[in-house]
Formats: sequence, C-alpha cells, structure tokens
Amino acid sequence: MLVFNQLETYLYLALLLFAIGLYGVLARRSLIAILISVELILNAASINFMAFNRFLAPHPAVGQVITLFIMAVAAAEAAIALSIIVAVYRKLKSINIEHATELRG
Amino acid sequence: MNFLGSFLSPQTIATAAFFLVVAMTLGGALIAVAARNIFHNVLGLVLALVGVAGLFLYLNSPFVALMEILIYVGAICIAICFAVMLSEPLYLPRPPRNVMKIIGAMVGAGMVFLFLALLTKKTHWVPAAERSTDWSITTLGHYLLTHYSLIFEVISLLLLVAMLGAMVLARGGRGNT
Repeated sequence: MLVFNQLETYLYLALLLFAIGLYGVLARRSLIAILISVELILNAASINFMAFNRFLAPHPAVGQVITLFIMAVAAAEAAIALSIIVAVYRKLKSINIEHATELRG
Repeated sequence: MNFLGSFLSPQTIATAAFFLVVAMTLGGALIAVAARNIFHNVLGLVLALVGVAGLFLYLNSPFVALMEILIYVGAICIAICFAVMLSEPLYLPRPPRNVMKIIGAMVGAGMVFLFLALLTKKTHWVPAAERSTDWSITTLGHYLLTHYSLIFEVISLLLLVAMLGAMVLARGGRGNT
C-alpha cells in the first residue's frame, strides 16, 4: 500500500495544515498575517474535501465542484478583507489588531 | 544494478515526489505563520499553496490543481502583496513577541490537533458501495451547469458583490468621497 494512496495520509496532512493555520490566527497580531493563516485553514478544508472525494465519494466530480466553490469564496473573502485592512490602516495608521480597539465599550 | 532498478521504480519516484510536495506544503505553512517579516509570510504562503496544488495532482484532479495555482498563487497572493505595500512600511520597528500569547496559541492549536487526530484515528472510513471512475473536466462542467447551477450563479453574485464592496471600502467608506 503506497503512502499516497491512503486516505489517512491526506487527513493527517490537512489536520497539520489546519493546526498551523489556527496557531497563526491565535498568535499573530498583524491583520495581514491573520488573513494568510485563514487561507491556510481554507486550504486544509479543501484537501479534506478532495481526499474524501478521491477515496470515499460515490461520484468523483462532487468534491472537485465543492473545492472550486471554496476557492471562489476564498477569493471574495480575501478581496473584502484586504480592502478592510487598507481602510483600517488609513484610519488608525497601524494594522496591529491590538491597536484596533475603537469599538470597546 | 538490481538495487538501482528497484530504487528507480515508478513507485519509489512517486513516493519521493509525494514527500517533496508534503515538505513544501508544511514548510511553506510554517514560514507563513512563523517568520517575522510579513513579506516572507506571503512567500511562505505561495510555497504552501504550490504544495497543496501538488497534493491535488496526487488526488487525481489536475484541473483543480491548476485552478489552485491560478486563483490562490496568481490572484490572492498578489492581492496580499499589494495590501502589504499599501499598509505599514516594513522598516518600522515591530513590537516584541508576547511569549505568553505564543505559548497559549501553541497549546490551543495543539489541543485541537490532538482531538481531531484522535477522532481521525478512531473513525472507520467506509467507501461508497458504488463508485464512478469518471474524473474528466467534461463531467465537472456538466455538474456545474446542471446539479449545481444555482450555487454557481450565487457564487458569481457573491464575487460581484465582493468586488463592489471592496471598491467602496477601499475608496474611503460611506459619505467620505
């Protein structure tokens, strides 16, 4: 049994990618770094969909379609997030999330 | 000679290439979260995404692998580069790392990792009884325009709205033209 023909390999790989992305979201303070970590998490989800599609699904087109939808939503999310980052920088002269406390009650 | 022949067999080469792709993915992801320079983070993300595209090749979908490179590396990473250029200059001194926060984040991510790894290990995965072997792009296109046509249209609408919203936000917000 080859290592790249097993479902578990891909699941653990996606899990590692997810954990790395989660660490980035929790630990980083720059908004752009957080966005990069979110992209890693979305890619972990895509790998999971593709792996289940390859090994378990009744029809192999379904997972590919869902992965394409994830990519489209990620592109929309990145566009919105980046414009928010630019707007925040213009307002606060910083993209450190610890400086963005204007909504604090 | 026999040893060399077994070393250069297709399975060995495929396995070696697979490990290379895995190393690119995980190493790129580590650079993307751990490096201090934000530009190195973006380059690490590019490396990780190319690795993920290689994984998609191993999962029998060259089309999705190409889309991954086209959309993620070609569009999203370039957009992030522009945001890096438009926001904080890189020569400014960065605040020192907060060790407690890093340890807390490591513990949190590690706990989630352990829980999900145990879940993956315990579960018994059952393949579907009847499996089609049709991987072609033609089938993908048929699915997109028949079964999933509503989602397809909604995604197009979402992209349009996101584009307009990004322009409005980046121009300076409401009532501030």
